[in-house]
Amino acid sequence: MPDTTLSSSVGLVTPQTATFETDFHLACGKHLPGFELVYETYGELNATASNAVLVCHALSGHHHAAGYHHLEDRKPGWWDSYIGPGKPIDTRHFFVISVNNLGGCHGSTGPQSINPDTGASWGPDFPIMTVEDWVKSQALLADRLGITRFAAIVGGSLGGMQVLQWSITYPERLANAAIIAATPKLSAQNIAFNEVARQAIRSDPEFHDGWYEQHGVLPKRGLKLARMIGHITYLSEHSMGAKFGRDLRTDSLNYGYDVEFQVESYLRYQGDAFSTRFDANTYLLMTKALDYFDPASSHDNDLAKALSNTSCRFLVVSFSTDWRFAPGRSRELVNALVKAKKPVSYTNVDSPYGHDAFLLPNDHYEAAFGAFMRRIYSDLNQGAL
Amino acid sequence: MRTDLAQIMQWVPERAHVLDLGCGDGTLLAALTEHKGVQGYGLEIAPDNIATCLAKGVNVLEQDLDEGLSNIVDDAFDMVVMTQALQVLRRPDLMLDEMLRVARECIITFPNFAYWRHRLHLGMRGRMPVSKSLPHEWYDTPNIHLSTFKDFSHLCDRQGHRIIDRAVGDGDHQLHWSAQRWPNLFGQVAIFRIER
Repeated sequence: MPDTTLSSSVGLVTPQTATFETDFHLACGKHLPGFELVYETYGELNATASNAVLVCHALSGHHHAAGYHHLEDRKPGWWDSYIGPGKPIDTRHFFVISVNNLGGCHGSTGPQSINPDTGASWGPDFPIMTVEDWVKSQALLADRLGITRFAAIVGGSLGGMQVLQWSITYPERLANAAIIAATPKLSAQNIAFNEVARQAIRSDPEFHDGWYEQHGVLPKRGLKLARMIGHITYLSEHSMGAKFGRDLRTDSLNYGYDVEFQVESYLRYQGDAFSTRFDANTYLLMTKALDYFDPASSHDNDLAKALSNTSCRFLVVSFSTDWRFAPGRSRELVNALVKAKKPVSYTNVDSPYGHDAFLLPNDHYEAAFGAFMRRIYSDLNQGAL
Repeated sequence: MRTDLAQIMQWVPERAHVLDLGCGDGTLLAALTEHKGVQGYGLEIAPDNIATCLAKGVNVLEQDLDEGLSNIVDDAFDMVVMTQALQVLRRPDLMLDEMLRVARECIITFPNFAYWRHRLHLGMRGRMPVSKSLPHEWYDTPNIHLSTFKDFSHLCDRQGHRIIDRAVGDGDHQLHWSAQRWPNLFGQVAIFRIER
């Protein structure tokens, strides 16, 4: 844990587990006979339980959003730039909850958990989750923690889609929503990239139709490829060019298929690291949750209609070089909110870093997001929430 | 408060749904919300202004006015206001039509180029006017479509829009009676209320 960041860090944090023993019905028609959610909290819940902020994570994210688990950790949680004392999600003001989604591979019930019906791990039999299922499970956790209404629910990418779903499913349970680098539905191109990632995993001979654990192997090559493809979509042409250009790892071309360009080395490294720390079945079901998300589909494909019952204030943020969920996707959401006459603010942050920009420090992004969150805190103090 | 903003405060009906084009730091929308229960949005492109609006709780949408309002449906608003932004647009005429497409009524304010000091500047010194309402030099001004009180009345007529009301403002001072009588000569800021 680097000491330099201590003053603005939430410091050491310990994940907690909440166990739910009732049947949990899912959008796919199946149900889970109870489940566990792993989560972290930062800051203090106030006496009226009105200062809670829920953070929703993205495709490969988890509950560890801020601070450090151990003194020797090199890196903090995934959104540490934005959560902590004095940061946009200021832990001196808010009680922040960050949950590992159902179906995940970081402690919450998922494909690696034991299926009580068989006594063995669920593996590929774990039901496919939807964003709605996640939101429902998060609401149960909120009940457990005594939070009837969140001051804000925030998230980037797939996390932003959960925020959007919250505003539709539980309009009375959140006062503010920050939807960052997200989209109201995936495009054909987005689904296409997800399908290539899934095929990479499913065609790995060590995938064994998802039963790799029983075979004592991991579909590492498939997961590595899936991550390499995904990673390209998280960066921009500019940021890849600026970081690697056409730099070679050796002095000259060697006319072979080993790693020659720095960008190849980087992608292989990213893929390798991911292939051992992430579960392939989880990756598959998370990409399906992305593909299925389309709240307008149950409202005559009219997004404004889908949003008509929302009652929170929205902040929508996109990033200029994000081509995974391009600014136009955020504008679709904003236009629908304007059509539905809902309170919304929108900013398109100038950043060279593509989709990943939502995780990175950026003055304009921090100023806008910070101003939005400070306003929420002042509303709280004036009893306006 | 600027005189043009004070005039707008009087013309906007209670609880109207308002779009403010080029809303700046959100001063007008915040005042309209506080005093008239107005709801609405400001369009703005400067990041600093966007953050200031967010801090005030004013709904602000990042959008370049030169790209039009095609993302907004017909009659989405009761009123569109645009203060001191007409002269920086690439096509003020098209924007005027767009404003009256998304709302029945609009209010526009802009610096009156025929103001007597500007005339004096150009007429006597032979140089492009630089004043409190037009503080830029000709080479660095964002004001690419300057017009006069009369010019704008002509444009409204030509495009078939009806002028409901018009007034003049002069920055932060009390208005002189001469400005009401001869607005094209003595009005520093032109304020128009128009309907389609």
